[in-house]
Amino acid sequence: MNASLTLVVIMVVLYSVGVYLLLERSMTRVLLGFLLVGNATNLLILIVSGPSGAAAFFGEEDATADPLPQAFILTAIVITFGVSAFLLALIYRSWRLANADVVYDDSEDLAMGSRRSSVTTDRAVDGDDTEFGTRAAAAISTALDLEKQEEREEQESLAAERRQREIDEKEADA
Amino acid sequence: MSALTTLVVLLPLLGAAAALTQANRPRVQTLIAVSVLSAVLLIGAALLVAVNTNGAIAVEVGGWPAPYGIVLVVDRLSALMIVVSAAVLLAVLVFSVGQGLADGDRETPVSIYYPTYLILATGVFNAFVAGDLFNLYVSFEILLVASYVLITVGGTKPRIRAGTVYIVVSLVSSAIFLAAIAMIYGATGTVNIAQLTVRLAELPADIQLILHVMLLIGFGIKAAVFPLSFWLPDSYPMAPAPVTAVFAGLLTKVGVYAIIRTEMIIFPDGQLNTVLLIVAALTMVIGILGAVAQSDIKRLLSFTLISHIGYMLFGIGIDTAAGLAAATFYIVHHITVQTTLFLATGLVERQGGTTGINKLGGMLKTSPLIAVLFFIPLLNLGGIPPFSGFLGKLALFEAGANNGSVLAWVLIGCGAAVSLLTLYALARAWSMIFWRDAEEVADYENPLAMRAETGSSPTVESVRTTPRIMVGATVAMVTVSIALTVFATPLFDLSANAGENINGPAYYVNTVFPGGLE
Repeated sequence: MNASLTLVVIMVVLYSVGVYLLLERSMTRVLLGFLLVGNATNLLILIVSGPSGAAAFFGEEDATADPLPQAFILTAIVITFGVSAFLLALIYRSWRLANADVVYDDSEDLAMGSRRSSVTTDRAVDGDDTEFGTRAAAAISTALDLEKQEEREEQESLAAERRQREIDEKEADA
Repeated sequence: MSALTTLVVLLPLLGAAAALTQANRPRVQTLIAVSVLSAVLLIGAALLVAVNTNGAIAVEVGGWPAPYGIVLVVDRLSALMIVVSAAVLLAVLVFSVGQGLADGDRETPVSIYYPTYLILATGVFNAFVAGDLFNLYVSFEILLVASYVLITVGGTKPRIRAGTVYIVVSLVSSAIFLAAIAMIYGATGTVNIAQLTVRLAELPADIQLILHVMLLIGFGIKAAVFPLSFWLPDSYPMAPAPVTAVFAGLLTKVGVYAIIRTEMIIFPDGQLNTVLLIVAALTMVIGILGAVAQSDIKRLLSFTLISHIGYMLFGIGIDTAAGLAAATFYIVHHITVQTTLFLATGLVERQGGTTGINKLGGMLKTSPLIAVLFFIPLLNLGGIPPFSGFLGKLALFEAGANNGSVLAWVLIGCGAAVSLLTLYALARAWSMIFWRDAEEVADYENPLAMRAETGSSPTVESVRTTPRIMVGATVAMVTVSIALTVFATPLFDLSANAGENINGPAYYVNTVFPGGLE
C-alpha cells in the first residue's frame, strides 16, 4: 500500500503536539490538544483507507475510493464537534466558578497522602499554568454560584414565610 | 424477534427525544422514562428467553447484508446484560425520581436529567448488541457524552473538577479506540466483528499484537483495569448518588463486556492471557488496598469497584468455558450489588448529611432499615456464603483450579485475600457509621438525632426527609441481589451456556453468517 508521506508527517506532528497539550493542567490547552488528537485520528483513518484521488461512488470499476472510511471520519468529526462544545461550556463554567481553567489535585487524595507524613504540601497551581494568567485577582463577583444561590433562595423563602406568618397573625389579631 | 432487537436501542433514544420535548412537565418526563425502561426490561427478558431456547439472533439493520451493513447480535451474554442493566437502570431511575421530588429538583435538574439518562441507557444497550467495532465505538460515545453531562449535573465546583478528570481520561480512551479501529480497518478492510476474527488471524503475529494491545488499552481505561484505573475514585464520588450508582454498576461493566468480546471473538488466540491474569491480580490487590485506606464511603466503594473488576478479568484470562461462565455470573452479581451499595450510601448521605466515615455514628438507632440495606450487599460483596458473591467467587476459583497453572493458583490466593479485605474495609465502615455511639464521634451533629432530643433545633428546617420511594428502590435492589442467590442455579446454567457460546468465535460467526464466510 502506498501512503502519502506528507499526510503521515502531518499526522505525526498533530499527534505529538496534541498529546503534549493533553498533558497540561490548563483546560483550554487540553481542549486544543483534544482537537488536534481528534484530527490526527481522522487523518489516520484517511491514510489507511487507500490511495487518494478517486471519488467514493462514482467512476470506473476498481477506480472508486472506499466510502466506509469517509463515513467513519464524518462520524468522528461530528462526535469531536459535540464534545468540544461541551468542553467549552465546562471550561467557561470552571472559569466563572473558580477564576481558573486548571485542574486541581484531588483534595481527598492529598488529605489521604498527608495523613501519615507530617509534610503538608500545598500543591496549588501557580498562575502561569492557566491560559488566563493572573490578570483577574478574584473570581468574577457576578458569577452565578449555584450552591450559594440555593442557600440564598432558601433563606429568602424562609424570610418570605416568616413575613407571611406575621401578616397572618396581624390579620388574626385585627 | 429481530424487530425487538432494534427496539432495545430505539426505544430509549425515542424516549429521550420525547422527554426533551416535555421539558416543562417533569411528571410526563418521569412517566416516559419509567415506561421506556420498563418496556426495555420486558423486551430484554423476552429476548433472553428466545435466545436461550432458539439460539442467538443477528439483525441486519436496514436489510443490508452482513459484512456491508450494520449487524446487531444478541447472544445469551448480550441478552443477560440487557436484562440486568435495564433492571438496574430502572431501579436507579426510580431512586432518582424520589430524590428529585424531595429536593425540589435542585440536585437533578429535571428538564435535562431524564433525557440524558435515557441516552445513557441507549449507549449501554447499543454497546451490548453491537455487531461491528465502529458501532461499538459510536455506542461508547453515546454513553460517554451522556455520562459527561450527568457527572457534572448542577455545575458545582467539585463536580466540575471531578468531571474534568473523567472527561479528559474518557476522551483519551476514545481516541485510542478510534485509532485502533482505523488501524484494524487498514489491515483487514472490515469492522464486522465476525469477519474480523477470520481476517485478523491471517495477519502476522506482531501486527495482531499491536492491534490487540491498542483495543485492550482503550477498553481497559473504560473498565478501570489497574494501571488505567486512577481516574475512577477521583471522579465518581462527586456525582449525585443515583448517577454514581448507575456509573459504578454499568459503565465499567460495558468496558469488561467489550474486553470479553475482544478476547474471545476478535482475538481468540489468547496471546495476552498471561498479561490479563497478572493485571487481574494487580487490579484486585491494589484496588482493595486503596479501599482500606479511605475515610469516605463513596471513595471506599469506588476502590472496591476497581478491585472487583479484577475478578472478572481473572475469569476472562483463564480462557475456558467455565472461566467465562464464572465471569458472566460475577458481572451480573457485581452490577447488582455495587449499585445497591451506592444507593444505600445515597440513603446514608441523606440521613447523616455526609459520607465521611469518621463523621458519622449511631445511625443504627436513628435509621435501622438503612443499616440492614447496607449490611446485606456488604456481606454479598465480601463473599459470605450463601450470597451470590460467594457463589461467583467459588465458580471462579474452581475454574482457576481446573486451569491448574501456577499463575491461576496465585490468583486464587489473591482472590481469597481480596474478598477478606473487602469484608474488612466495608465492615469497618459499617460498624463506624451504624454501630458506634454518636457520642464517640468528635463534634458530630446528626440533625435527626438532634430533632429527636430537643424537639426543635435550628437545623431542623434544613433536614431533608428521606422519601419512601428512595428507600423502596433500594429495597427492590437488595431483593434482586438476594434473588440472584435464591435463583443461582438457573442463572448459573444460563451463564454456563453463555460461557460455552462465547468461548471461541465459532458460535458468533455462525450467528452472523449462517451460510459461512466466503
